Amino acid sequence: MVRLSPLTVHGLLPGINCKKCGEVTCLAFASKLVARTAEVEACTPLFEEEQYAEKRQKLIELITPPVVSVKIGGGERTVVVGGEEVLYRHDLTFYHPCALAIDISDEMDEETVKKRAEWADRLKIERIGKVLTLNLIAVRDVSDDPEKFAKVVSWVRESAGLPLILCSYNPEAIKAALDVCEMDRPLVYAATENNWQEIAPLVKKYNVPVCVSAPDNLTLLKQLAVTLQAYGIKDIVLDPGTFIDNGGLNRTLQNFALLRRAGIEQEEEGVGFPLLGIPAIAWANGEDSVTNAYTEAIVASMLIAKYADILILHSEDVWSLLPVFTLRQNIYSDPRIHPAIDPGIREIGNPTPESPVFVTANFALTYHTIESDLEDGKIDSWILVVDTEGIGIESAVAGRQFSAVKIKEAIDEFDLESKVSHRVMMLSGLASRISGETEEETGWKVIVGPKDSGGLKAMNLKELWEKKAQEE
Amino acid sequence: MVEHEEKEGEKEDKGIRELIEQLMAMADQLGEIELENVIIETDALEFEILPGSMVPMVQPSAQAAAVAKAVPEVLVLPTELLSATFIPPITEWPGEVVEVQIGAKRGSGGSRKSVVTIGGEKTMPFYLFEYENPNPPSIAIDVFDIPGTFLSQPVREKYEDVYESPADWARKAVEYGANAVTIHLISTDPLINDTPVNEAAKTVEEVLQAVDVPVIVGGSGDKDKDPEVLAKAAEVAEGERVLLNSVSLDMDWKKVVDAAKKYGHNVIAFTQMNVNDARLLNTNLLKREMPKNQIIIDPTCAALGYGLEYAFSNYERIRLSAIRGDEALQMPLSAGTTNAWGAREANKSEKKMPQWGPRAFRGPLWETATALTLALAGCDLFLMMHPGALQAFKSTVQNLLTIVTETREQVDWVHAKF
Repeated sequence: MVRLSPLTVHGLLPGINCKKCGEVTCLAFASKLVARTAEVEACTPLFEEEQYAEKRQKLIELITPPVVSVKIGGGERTVVVGGEEVLYRHDLTFYHPCALAIDISDEMDEETVKKRAEWADRLKIERIGKVLTLNLIAVRDVSDDPEKFAKVVSWVRESAGLPLILCSYNPEAIKAALDVCEMDRPLVYAATENNWQEIAPLVKKYNVPVCVSAPDNLTLLKQLAVTLQAYGIKDIVLDPGTFIDNGGLNRTLQNFALLRRAGIEQEEEGVGFPLLGIPAIAWANGEDSVTNAYTEAIVASMLIAKYADILILHSEDVWSLLPVFTLRQNIYSDPRIHPAIDPGIREIGNPTPESPVFVTANFALTYHTIESDLEDGKIDSWILVVDTEGIGIESAVAGRQFSAVKIKEAIDEFDLESKVSHRVMMLSGLASRISGETEEETGWKVIVGPKDSGGLKAMNLKELWEKKAQEE
Repeated sequence: MVEHEEKEGEKEDKGIRELIEQLMAMADQLGEIELENVIIETDALEFEILPGSMVPMVQPSAQAAAVAKAVPEVLVLPTELLSATFIPPITEWPGEVVEVQIGAKRGSGGSRKSVVTIGGEKTMPFYLFEYENPNPPSIAIDVFDIPGTFLSQPVREKYEDVYESPADWARKAVEYGANAVTIHLISTDPLINDTPVNEAAKTVEEVLQAVDVPVIVGGSGDKDKDPEVLAKAAEVAEGERVLLNSVSLDMDWKKVVDAAKKYGHNVIAFTQMNVNDARLLNTNLLKREMPKNQIIIDPTCAALGYGLEYAFSNYERIRLSAIRGDEALQMPLSAGTTNAWGAREANKSEKKMPQWGPRAFRGPLWETATALTLALAGCDLFLMMHPGALQAFKSTVQNLLTIVTETREQVDWVHAKF
């Protein structure tokens, strides 16, 4: 797919610079559309005035990404999936992080259902200043009893604000569940070769997104998708199947990769939709729960790296969810943002001339880890950020981007000595080997700190600094 | 005068436009018109050729539009599946990764019982629908020449009984299923033990004698001493086709490369998260006549949660460049995934981080996920530590490399009782 230019987009806007979208000019708005930081609907004249009908249609076609985006949910926690333009994140960026769902069986009792739903709703994992959460709850029609299924869906709704995936092949169960949660725009899973004739009218009537499922049969999957499109259904998700027995991972990866390639490179009709994977299948294996959780995390990791937009998980264990959340955060970070931050002196809290000084590298991850740990521990302090060309401490020590000379240069350049009354700094334990040369070069005393700044808040820093200052 | 000319021009333009419109209308009716003996006089002729289309855009006639409007929009709902075929989009890649062999068997100058061969790919990792993957990714376990007291606890406990002796440690690594062993001579660091070069070379010999899998020799990271250490190791390991870890732009890489060539070894070309540097270093090595099939690229592994995305994209870019035909990047890739243990999510005990759950599972999973992510980006050689992580990674890779031809049945997960 060829990237758009703001000028091309500008030609399809009214060009009257009315400012209704919040931008000063149509061209500025066009740039934002291209960067995908604005939504086309913000241009009200384009949508309200009949004279722009043709432009509107052309523009929408032009800016719709090859993998369309689908909104699930109606409330605050609405989640958008898909909307991708590239196969490789370094070519641009991946836009909408893979949505993570946790499953709930309709054979659980009310208390268990509500407890699990509340847990899923509230789960928050903090990493480097970001809060990572689950995005969806997938209710499974294990019982094959439409009434029971609808009941459990209503319990989940009472306990959680997360949007739902209604998982059943039975149109009656889907209808019963939609009757209790239609306005929440749940994702219906699934329309298949056997039930699409009943599912399609339901999905259309309730105006909800739908996932078509055709395990390991991409032609059937495409047929289902184009048929539902012809039915007037726009919000479609594809499930090409998740397989984990031997050779199953190979087939799973192949199907995801082929679909995404056809959608993005070929812009093939009927395949440019978000993809859904089901690592929870690991739990149908009958192994022990640790093996299942481990396998689930591995399958989820593979599918986060390679093209899943929605993943359904089962594990409640944070040890197995943590790497999945983290990998998603990594893969969906914007590669256009350079990993280096500006060198200089940063203040944490309200530092005084007596406050401790930490010296670190200008690799964004290193810095943000230390920053969030110090803020967490409410430690008023100074951080001297040395220009290590955006490389982390350990590698920068080896590569000499973080050295005594570099530290000395940073002290002078940013005039650290005018800010503090003492001459004691702390270096990361990862830089212990340069502590001696740093003392010689800078005339400062060096405390070798922990390798992990997470340990700082448990230390008595004031005493440590005072003691070090008195050393000969 | 000027005004007049412009008006003339406008008139001419208008005339031409009308003519073209008439021609188009005729073309619309007749399908095709041939012009004979026509001379078009103009200063500059602009053709707008739309990508994928050479057909001139013909506006639908007003009449046709009126007819279209008169018909109300009726959506005929399909009653059976519409026909469509998914044709797998297969890419023909012009380039391929060279094969590199680590270790030499008896009869070919060495004394190894097994060797490791990596590389040879002609597509993205595990895309077996495009080309077969001639060599599976290989795993080496790290061994250090100082006691492993510094290791993260879950790793340390797996080597506690052997970590005083590099030879024993190496044997343990093979027991754990390593395809190769890396001996890191970190005691040679002037700021650690400053172990003399000759003494370090003896450690290499000990490890070579202790195991019969291929050996990787690592330095300490000291840019001044590493060339000496690695050159000496190359000498004592003559014929064993070891892998010297590593050469970089900011050291005397020529010394190491010359020794590798002389004694028949491979080298890792290490750069810090910069594809252009990786290309530059490789170009330098090739200019020095280091054979292409004796070079492995290490563009820096970062742990999950600590920059893995940069590593992922660098590995992926290098692999893509290789299969797209960039000669200077067509070598296999390696990653020190052991550094996953530097992540607090891997190494902090559940006592310190109760909300994260048991480290005994969390730690190895962290290393497995780091390795798997890089395998999916194109990495071929993994320097790992935890035997549990190694096993999980190996079986995942095995699964990813197995082709079963029949159509898969998905487990009925909707109804499954879990």
